[in-house]
Amino acid sequence: MTTEAGRATELGTEAASSAAEQPTWGHHDVLDLDDFRRDEIVTVLDVADSMREVLDRRIARVPALRGYTVVNLFYEASTRTRASFELAGKVLGADVISISASTSSVQKGESLIDTVRTLRAMRADAVVLRHASAGAAYLAAEHTDASIINAGDGAHAHPTQALLDLYTMRSHFGDLAGKQVVMVGDIAHSRVARSDLWGLTTMGAHVVMCGPPTLLPRGFRPGERPSHAESALPPVTIEPDIDRALEGAHVVMALRLQSERQQGGLLPSLHEYAQRYQVTEKRLERAHPDHLLMHPGPKNEGIEIAAEMASGGRSIIEEQVTNGVAVRMALLYLLAGYTEPFPAAGDGGA
Amino acid sequence: MTTLAIHNARVIDPGLGRDSIADIVIVDGRISRVGPDEGSAVIEADRIDATGLVVAPGFIDLHTHLRQPGFEYKETIATGTAAAAAGGFTTVCAMPNTNPPLDSRAAVESVLREVEASAVVRVLPIGCITRGRAGKELAPAGELVDAGVVALSDDGDAVADPSLMRHALEYSTAFGLPISQHCEDPSLVRDGHMHEGWVATRLGLRGRPASAEETMVARDIALAELAGAHLHIAHVSTAGSVALIRAARERGAHITAEVTPHHLVLTHEEVAFDGDFGSVRYQTNAKVNPPLREEADVAALREALRDGVIDAIATDHAPHATMDKDIEFDLAAAGISGIETAFGLSMALVHEGVMTLPALLATLTSGPAAAWRLDRRPGLDGLGTLAPGAVGDVVLLDPSATWTVDASRLVSMGRNTPLDGRELRGRVVATVAGGQIVHRLDTVGAL
Repeated sequence: MTTEAGRATELGTEAASSAAEQPTWGHHDVLDLDDFRRDEIVTVLDVADSMREVLDRRIARVPALRGYTVVNLFYEASTRTRASFELAGKVLGADVISISASTSSVQKGESLIDTVRTLRAMRADAVVLRHASAGAAYLAAEHTDASIINAGDGAHAHPTQALLDLYTMRSHFGDLAGKQVVMVGDIAHSRVARSDLWGLTTMGAHVVMCGPPTLLPRGFRPGERPSHAESALPPVTIEPDIDRALEGAHVVMALRLQSERQQGGLLPSLHEYAQRYQVTEKRLERAHPDHLLMHPGPKNEGIEIAAEMASGGRSIIEEQVTNGVAVRMALLYLLAGYTEPFPAAGDGGA
Repeated sequence: MTTLAIHNARVIDPGLGRDSIADIVIVDGRISRVGPDEGSAVIEADRIDATGLVVAPGFIDLHTHLRQPGFEYKETIATGTAAAAAGGFTTVCAMPNTNPPLDSRAAVESVLREVEASAVVRVLPIGCITRGRAGKELAPAGELVDAGVVALSDDGDAVADPSLMRHALEYSTAFGLPISQHCEDPSLVRDGHMHEGWVATRLGLRGRPASAEETMVARDIALAELAGAHLHIAHVSTAGSVALIRAARERGAHITAEVTPHHLVLTHEEVAFDGDFGSVRYQTNAKVNPPLREEADVAALREALRDGVIDAIATDHAPHATMDKDIEFDLAAAGISGIETAFGLSMALVHEGVMTLPALLATLTSGPAAAWRLDRRPGLDGLGTLAPGAVGDVVLLDPSATWTVDASRLVSMGRNTPLDGRELRGRVVATVAGGQIVHRLDTVGAL
C-alpha cells in the first residue's frame, strides 16, 4: 500500500522530472482504454494521486477548472457515475450541469448528434455521455469538438470505471505487473469488464475471466480469432470453474448480475448462479492471502457476492467509489489541457 | 427503325459460350446480329466504339430494393433504376418490402405503372409470401402471379413459422415460382447487429450467429424437398450454408442461391477497423443483414460461386437516407447501397484468380436468368444472353480500369456504402437497355 509519504515522494519525483519530459497525454476524448498506452495510463493515475489529495482536504475545492463547462448527458439512469462526475467537476470549480435525456427523444427525432452539437454551441467544453448503445460516445466524438468522456456505452466500454479500478489496485500494490486479476460473472454484457481488460493487460496484469458459459464472450479462446487479429483482443485466460479461477488471485472482481439474464434464458435461476459463482469467504480461501475484493457496483449482495464479503476486511469497494471522484477529476483536468499533477497544498495551489 | 451498332468489342456472352472480338447490332430494342464487322454492314446507325472494352449481356439483379412506394426519401423507382443502369444492370427484381408491401394485385400494378412512367431499366416485381409480410397467413400468390411477379419473398422478415413456410412452398408449385428466403432465424438474431464473433465482442455488440442462418437454410431445404418446390436462398453468407446447399443440390433438390458482392469480399472486420486494431469505429455503412462474416466464409462463398453451387451474384441494393445511418449503431438501418459498386467489387474474384471474367459475368447474366427461368417469360426470350431476338440489353465494361468510389457522387439516393474512398478495379463504362443508352461515362467515344 502506498503511504502518504510514498505518494509525496512520487509527486516530488514527478515535479523534478517534469521539466525534462512532459507527462504523456494525447487524448481529446476518453472513449475506451484500448487506445491508451501504458505511460498515458500512468499519467492519469499520477494526476489522480494529486486529486485524491485535494479531495481529502477539509475544504475540498480548488479553482483549477474555473470557466470550464462540463455537461453530464445521461441517456441511462445512473446514480453513482453521475454523482461522481458532478462532484469531480465541482471540486475543481468547473460549471457542471446534468441532463437526464430519455431515449424516447431519439424516437422524437432528436438525434444524439444534434444534442451534442447543441451543447457545444452553448460552449460545453466536455460532455460526459452515458448511453445504452455501444459506440454512442464514438458517434458523439465524431460530430463535436467538445471532449467526450464515455461514461458507459451499452455493453462496450466504461473507461473511467476501469481507470478508477487501476488506480485503486495501484494504491495497494504499487505495480500491477504480474498480478492476477480474476473477474467473475456476467462478462459478456459487462462494459466494465471490457475496459478493465484493456487497462489491466496494458499495465501487465494477468486477467482470468470466470462465469457460466452463457455469460462469457466469444473471441477470446484460442482459434476463435484468426492469427492476424491476435492483438485485436487482450490476452486473457478463460476458466469457467470458479475454484480453479480463484487460485492465487491478487484481485477478485465480482460483476453485477442482472436479473434479465434469467428472463433471457441465459441462466436457470439466480439461485443456481449464486450457488455456483457467488464470491464467498470459503471460495476466497484459494486466493492470494493479500487479495483484494472489488465490485464496480451496484452490488446484488447474496447473488454475485456474499453479503458479509462486500463489507468485509478484504473489500475495497468503498475505496473504489472515492477514488472514482479523484480519477474523474484527473481526466477533466487533463482534458482541459493541463498535463501535470495538480500542485499539492502549499505549492501555490488553492 | 432505330439501330445501335457497338463496334470492335471483346464480346463475352457466357450463356452462349462466346468470347471473341465482334460487333453487336441492336435494332428496335432487340439483338439483331453479333459477329465480326457486322456493325460496318449497317448503314444508318448510332455507333459506339468499344475497342478495348468488354461487352456482355446486361446484368440481372435478383435482389434489389427500390423503396417506392412508401420510402421515397431513401430511393425511388427512377433513382434506383438509374443507379442500376450505372452499375450495368438492365433487369432488377424488386423486393416487396415497400409500404404498402406488394401483397396484392393492386399494389403490384401500381408499382408497374410507376415503372412504366419512370424506370430506366426493366423492373420485375417480387411479391410477398405472406400478407403484410407479417408471417401469419399466405398472400394471394395466384393474384400476384397474374399481376406479374417473378418470385415470392417476405424479404428481410423470414417466414419463421415452419408450417406456414411449408404451405407457402407447396402452394408455389402451382405456379412454378421460386420462393426467395432471407434465412436468419428471428429468435437467434434478436437484438443482434453484426456477425457474432470476436469483432462483436470487441465492440460490445450483440451478434447474429452464423448458425441463425444455417439452421433456417437447413430447415427450408428440408421443407422445399418435402414440398417439391423451388427454394431460392437469398444472400448466402456462411460456409455452413454453402455446405447445406451443395449437399441439397447434389441430391437433386430444386435449390438456387445468390451471394452479394459485399459478402464475397468484405468481412466483419470492416465494421470495427480501419487499418490496425489499436482503436475501433462503429461503421454503420457496413451494417447489413445477414452480416459480413469471417474470412473462412468469404473463401467458401467464392468457391461456391466458382463451382456453380451459388447461381448468381445479387446486390441486395439497400439504399438508406443519411438519417437512417448517421445514428447509434444498434439503431441504424441495416443495408448497403451496392448496385453501382457490384461489378467493381466482384471483379476482385477475377483479379485474385478465383474465377475467369466469363465465369464471373455468367453469375451476373445467364446465371440469374436461368436460376429463376426469367428467360422463359413472355417477351424475355434469351434474357441474359446476346442471342438474336433477345432484348437489346448490353453492358460495356473496362475490367481493368481503376476508379475510386465517392459516396457523394452515387446515382442512388442511398450514400450508404462502406466502400467510400476505396479504389476498385473494374468499371461499367456504358449500359444499353432495350437498345437505348441509359448510362455512359464521359470517356466513351462515339464513332
